[in-house]
Amino acid sequence: MTTRHGERLRLAGLLAPPLIWLAAAYLGSLAVLFLSAFWTTDSFTTDVVRIWTTDNFQQVLTVPVYRTIALRTLSIAVAVTVVDALLALPMAYFMARVAPARLRGALVVAVLTPLWASYLVKAYAWRVMLGEHGLINALAAPLGLHGPGYGTTAVVLVLAYLWLPYMILPVYAALERLPEQHLEASADLGAGAWQTLRYVVLPAVRPAVLAGSVFTFSLSLGDYVAVQIVGGKTQMLGNVIASQVTLDLPMAAALSAVPVVLIVCYLTAVRRAGALDSL
Amino acid sequence: MRLSRTARAVLGGCMALGLAVVYVPLLLVLLNSFNADRSFAWPPSGFTGEWWRRAWHSAGARDALLTSVQAGLAATAVALVLGSLAAFAVHRHRFFGRQTVSFLVVLPIALPGIVTGIALNAAFRTVLEPLGIGFGLFTVVVGHATFCVVVVFNNVAARLRRLAPGTEEASADLGARPPQTFRYVTLPAVRSALVAGGLLAFALSFDEIVVTTFTAGPGTQTLPIWIYSNLSRPNQAPVVNAVAALLIAVSVLPVYIAQRLSSDAAGGRL
Repeated sequence: MTTRHGERLRLAGLLAPPLIWLAAAYLGSLAVLFLSAFWTTDSFTTDVVRIWTTDNFQQVLTVPVYRTIALRTLSIAVAVTVVDALLALPMAYFMARVAPARLRGALVVAVLTPLWASYLVKAYAWRVMLGEHGLINALAAPLGLHGPGYGTTAVVLVLAYLWLPYMILPVYAALERLPEQHLEASADLGAGAWQTLRYVVLPAVRPAVLAGSVFTFSLSLGDYVAVQIVGGKTQMLGNVIASQVTLDLPMAAALSAVPVVLIVCYLTAVRRAGALDSL
Repeated sequence: MRLSRTARAVLGGCMALGLAVVYVPLLLVLLNSFNADRSFAWPPSGFTGEWWRRAWHSAGARDALLTSVQAGLAATAVALVLGSLAAFAVHRHRFFGRQTVSFLVVLPIALPGIVTGIALNAAFRTVLEPLGIGFGLFTVVVGHATFCVVVVFNNVAARLRRLAPGTEEASADLGARPPQTFRYVTLPAVRSALVAGGLLAFALSFDEIVVTTFTAGPGTQTLPIWIYSNLSRPNQAPVVNAVAALLIAVSVLPVYIAQRLSSDAAGGRL
């Protein structure tokens, strides 16, 4: 249609605006952040002083408070991932293999639409429900129970709620792809439902669960709004980073390397397990 | 696998319970916006339209709504241009670093919001402030556009992949010049993907809070920021709740329309 030269020119025209924007606005910002992690702050004026130092990283690694908070954040992210996997499996199984075919599309839409409802509003809704006179305590009271109130448990609950669709969708897709013959063959060979679940279904959805866990894990690691809304006194990495931004940007930058490093490690591990191909 | 009737019933129960858990909090916000009891104790004590009336007259909420709409429209416009350009480039051409472009587009929402937020904050402080450009609507738009590009990109790229490869060549063979092919073949094919991507970008921008917190500066409040800063004020609670109910409606509606247009339930967010 056009010469090779024209082709190149057109490609350059298409690529230049998005690449310039993303490189300048985004990669540039990340570079500034990364550099400032090696700078320091004047403790009187809170101005950033451009003297090279690795003090910030040493503090992140050695100060016990930071370590406790990093570990707590990591545990919360793992707990959220486990809760979401346990919730997503039966729901996705029902959607993909039990519900009548005409209902499937509607169920997928029903599960995914709330993903777009405001994140803040969803966290806020839980704040109201978890309150002293909220719905949860009202439901638990007749059973002689008391809701978790605001705290770490509430954070895990709310984060699991927020990210659940990210886990359901890949698991649903994997279950839908699973050929019926595999299940029939397993039954013909004498396996009961539990054995088929253990040896046929679970191995087939493992990559999908890992793929979903990338979202649940990394979104939880970086969260700081939900924890402020329902976390009570609980602190996560996100809060500490946010509270340092205006006072000590270099420290905040060094701290923000922690979730990024954890996420990159997790992604590498998941990638090695071959789960990202199914995304 | 032949599931017993009990197993099917249990799975169905899980599904119903799951959907209930997903929707009850949202419905509760809608319901509480009419709850006469200002502490939202359960069960509701009476019906009132007072909170909606107050929310409607709240100057802070109105200003915040206006800011949100402005930021959303501007960010969507930028994202539409950049996202579709990138999608066409990646789809039409084979070049070195093609994977990198897709990666670069996804990166702003793949990294935690707080990292994106403070990175932009640090960059604006070091680069823009010396130029006399302070934090405000402009910086919010830059931040939002950066992470909105991905939804437009995903929607348009998915549509281009489905477009039969021969159609554009057929158009050229029939004597259409490239602008004509674009006008009569390519554009009609991607139009609804552009609309869907734009709606989703707007929805994404409209309820974003983390990046906004770090790019808005003290004078600029979007609707989520307004809600957030009023959460801890008990006397504002009913008004906050009414605004939250509005936010649910406003962010879910465009997504519903986008889903109808794009036949992709996740709308390119995943």
